[in-house]
Amino acid sequence: MYHMTSMTDPHRGQFRLSMLFNDTRYRSLTYQAIAAIVLALAIWYLGNNLLQNLRTAGLNISFGFLGDPAGYDISQRLVEYDSQSSHSRAAIVGILNTLLVSFLACVTATIFGVVAGVLRLSNNWLVSKLMSVYVEIFRNIPVLIWIIIIFTIMTAVMPAPRAFRGDTPEATMLLDMFAFTNRGVYTPGPYFTSPFFANPFLNWVLVLAVLAGSLFATRRVAHWATGVQEQSGVRPTTWYFTLGLWVVPVGLLLLVMGLAWEIPELKGFNFKGGIKVGGALIALWFALSIYTGAFIAENVRAGIQAISKGQTEAAGALGLRPRRTMNLVVLPQALRVIIPPLISHYLNITKNSSLAIAVGYADVTATLGGITLNQTGRAIECVLLLMAFYLTISLLISVGMNFYNKSVKLKER
Amino acid sequence: MKKSAFLGALTVASIAASAAVAQDASTVDQIKERGKLNCGVTTGLVGFAAPDANGQWNGFDVGVCRAVAAAVLGDANAVEFVPTTGKTRFTALASGEIDMLARNTTWTFSRDVDLKFEFVGVNYYDGQGFMVAKDLGATSAKELDGATVCIQTGTTTELNLADFFRANDMSYEPVPIETNAEAQQQYLAGACDVYTTDASGLAATRATFEDPSAHVLLPEIISKEPLGPLVRHGDNEWGDIVRWTLNALIAAEELGVTSANIGELGASAGANPEINRLLGTEGTLGEMLGLDAEWAKRAIMAGGNYGELFAKNIGEDTPIALARGLNAQWTEGGLLYAPPFR
Amino acid sequence: MADLSFVRSEMLPERAPPATEVGIVKWLRTNLFSTWPNALLTIAAFYVIYLVLAGVLPWLFGGVWTTSSLSECREVLQGDVGGCFSVLTERWNQLIYGFKYPTELYWRPNLALVLLAFAAAPVLFFDLPRKLLLFTAIYPFIAYWLVWGGPIGVPVTAFVGILGAYLVFERFSASNFALGALGGVAAAFVLWFIGGYLVDMMASENPLLTPVASRDLGGFMLNLMLGVTCVSLSIPLGIALALGRQSSMPLIKGVCVIFIEFIRGVPLITLLFVASVMLAYFFPPDATVDLFLRVVIMITLFSSAYIAEVIRGGLAALPKGQYEAADSLGLDYPQAMRFIILPQALKISIPGIVNVAVGLFKDTTLVSVISMFDLVGMIRGPILASQEWNGVYWELLGFAALLFFVVCYGISQYSQWLERRLRTDHR
Repeated sequence: MYHMTSMTDPHRGQFRLSMLFNDTRYRSLTYQAIAAIVLALAIWYLGNNLLQNLRTAGLNISFGFLGDPAGYDISQRLVEYDSQSSHSRAAIVGILNTLLVSFLACVTATIFGVVAGVLRLSNNWLVSKLMSVYVEIFRNIPVLIWIIIIFTIMTAVMPAPRAFRGDTPEATMLLDMFAFTNRGVYTPGPYFTSPFFANPFLNWVLVLAVLAGSLFATRRVAHWATGVQEQSGVRPTTWYFTLGLWVVPVGLLLLVMGLAWEIPELKGFNFKGGIKVGGALIALWFALSIYTGAFIAENVRAGIQAISKGQTEAAGALGLRPRRTMNLVVLPQALRVIIPPLISHYLNITKNSSLAIAVGYADVTATLGGITLNQTGRAIECVLLLMAFYLTISLLISVGMNFYNKSVKLKER
Repeated sequence: MKKSAFLGALTVASIAASAAVAQDASTVDQIKERGKLNCGVTTGLVGFAAPDANGQWNGFDVGVCRAVAAAVLGDANAVEFVPTTGKTRFTALASGEIDMLARNTTWTFSRDVDLKFEFVGVNYYDGQGFMVAKDLGATSAKELDGATVCIQTGTTTELNLADFFRANDMSYEPVPIETNAEAQQQYLAGACDVYTTDASGLAATRATFEDPSAHVLLPEIISKEPLGPLVRHGDNEWGDIVRWTLNALIAAEELGVTSANIGELGASAGANPEINRLLGTEGTLGEMLGLDAEWAKRAIMAGGNYGELFAKNIGEDTPIALARGLNAQWTEGGLLYAPPFR
Repeated sequence: MADLSFVRSEMLPERAPPATEVGIVKWLRTNLFSTWPNALLTIAAFYVIYLVLAGVLPWLFGGVWTTSSLSECREVLQGDVGGCFSVLTERWNQLIYGFKYPTELYWRPNLALVLLAFAAAPVLFFDLPRKLLLFTAIYPFIAYWLVWGGPIGVPVTAFVGILGAYLVFERFSASNFALGALGGVAAAFVLWFIGGYLVDMMASENPLLTPVASRDLGGFMLNLMLGVTCVSLSIPLGIALALGRQSSMPLIKGVCVIFIEFIRGVPLITLLFVASVMLAYFFPPDATVDLFLRVVIMITLFSSAYIAEVIRGGLAALPKGQYEAADSLGLDYPQAMRFIILPQALKISIPGIVNVAVGLFKDTTLVSVISMFDLVGMIRGPILASQEWNGVYWELLGFAALLFFVVCYGISQYSQWLERRLRTDHR
């Protein structure tokens, strides 16, 4: 009884030192104060060491080098760049290359993953076993080894451009349009003979804008069809209309601007003309997508299996056919389970694309964290910038993910 | 109070890693205390620094490390070879992980001044060259317009290459590769037409090919690459020791001191006073460096004089087959010129 | 009348089911050729298998195991298809132990690996007697001493420090957790300080086990060591971070969230760059911490953030009733965590932790990028650059892939077994 009273009626006014640890009113403040002090001391200690070391070595921290000419060339560049551009420009080229390979790998990894995940649940014994083998093999071997293996396949198995030369060449172009070499794949590249804008980029923006317009228009058509269906119960046939909306405007535009294809052709040392997709890009792209695809396949399988069997049976009882059951009942629910890990796999792809350094692909790790770092010796600055870039990307992706999670959250009672 | 606890934790961590040498001493004292010289080398370039099948490091740069170890510690094997990449080498040196760097490093203004290193001399005068397959039929680097070029990154190579092609108004596709082994793989598979790095590195790489004669080095040398060992700014005594050990190797060749006759020449003072001073039978040069009298003798005995090191590791009788060229003694028309020992 | 029986009086013998409904035919029909698309898929799958086997088998069985260089091997093969597996036999030691670890000392890491099995067993299998955990507790010190050698005083001191900390903590934590924890840390540091001086004084010229510098570690051994060390170090750190992230104290929560999100937001390779080119600047000027230790620090931080997230999931998965029950028993926070929450949360987190461990073990290959000679580093560096084996890719890469596959597949099978065992719901 005495204890009870002492607990419900804390001593007022009498402050003892032990209350800092024992009294719940102060305890959390005490702990936080201790944590703050330890943290501050640790930061001070590390910062002090850093300053002292830099002083001893006579170095300083400065980002001025970013404005200096980089002095090196990059073969794959999505924006204007030459060896006289600045280091920051080189970093931007690298960033765009990182984003490019990550985007491509995300798309193909999703395709591989979904196909493999669905086939793994197939009632064809052989196919489902084969998919298990694929998943297990790719999940359990480091991605670095896969990148190196696929890059080696690219360089050692594909023919060199000189194999295309001569009267009886060892290798020939596919359909006289595509050349698969160990330096990359050359495909015909589109260009305009009578463009509206001098800058080719703007012409493509125009094409995209027209496509966006088509998208909007087809949306309206679908909306209208739904309205009619709700009133009359019969959905009007709109597919030819939709198809026309997609094809005609863009086709007219391309016709007016004079779309033509530039066929790659062996000139001198290399194929010239058309679009070149570099070997390092292909190796990295393929390795990342096939590796991550194995993980995504597991997610897809788990997502589909997570849907209670009762759901399928209920759909069956309502008379839905298997395909419709999948599309209308299982998948919408499975996506809720599949998408969050899927997004974190996209994040992993972006991070793993930094292994580009093993195959000489000029991503941001290879330009800013590689050649620029080597040439300027500004290790601390370069690594900090590199981390800042990846951090920004992953924060953006997690913001997107949180947004998605909120929007699909089950409205629970 | 807190700080000491933190320091204590670090001390424990460092002891536990059996790697800590914590004292405020000069580099030489630290090396003597440790009993080993930490020498930064490449991760593997045959002829310059590469581990053999038994893990023993061999090569021309390795010879310099061993000579310094012999001079300071009296044991040519008291060297810890630290493999470094183009990226890690400068940090390793600046942070004190290694005492000296002997890794095909080009002496440039910015490395010397901006990165605060001290190049103690040049042990190999090199220049960037090009290697192409013989059946390509190219005879000059000026014919390489449009070629795909493999570059080993982390050197001045990329910059020289960009300058060369820009100056000659040619285009090229750079393929930057981190390690020599992978650059070779690319080049041999025909994914690049040209492989470029320092001419000595090209020769060393070609020597490992299955059929070295199918590849030629183009005559153009597009850059000056004086390669030499370097140390940190700020410890001039240590810099002097490395500098003069290198000079001792060069001077020994000039003076005709070889590992074969050094025992005889160093036994007692002979007719040539400079040899006497070099080998410590006369004068107190060793003492001035803070070493004993026989430092240079040991350095030379470690692997022979400069000429012997050259002949054994990269000379014309080795698979690498480099001619002396610029690296001959000044008396024979080369650039090697050791300042006098007096 | 009696004769006019239309009812059969005895059973007919059982007839065999139709040939299409039994045995292999039935199995084939339902599993491989149930529909036309399925049949096509099956045929396509068979073709893929044929292509793979036709490529790999001759190469595998035509392999040469006894030559000493690639050119010799090609001579033996005479243009036939076959792998030059002799690179594996000839460079076996380098692939497994790196090129610097002294040959006569290979028994030490081998013994450490065997002991690891005994140390890990009680953690992985709950049915084993709990007393075995004592061996798990002293294993890290034995393993350290075996691999690195040197004076026995170092691991003994480290162990005594931890033991002292544990005893002090046990003594005081019953009355006051914070006091116990702080006292334990203090005791450990005092013991380590004293021990450090004693070790320095007593260090003999010829320790029982020859010391090996951590720079000399390499090959697959390095991957295993990095994996095991970093995972085991990061579990306590991960628990602390997970609890910190759940904490109601804004400062502690904030620090943990920032740390975890930062680490998870950057690729491991940039953290390794930090270890190789930046971290050295953050240590006191007169202490050099070698690359191995720096890499261990960074990888541990890396995996602790991921493990923290797994454990946070485990904590969140516990029903709220457990927390409330602990509160209603009058347990304070440390007690509730130690006796009620963490044992359950950790148990359900184990499969997740194992997955993180597998991922981390695979990621140890990245150290090859910062000039450490792990298995991949050995292959990409000294072996492929050597004159004898310049150009043997498939054999080496295949071998590396196989080693990793065996280890990772084994661990992930364990994880799945555990998941099945821990599953208590009935689906």
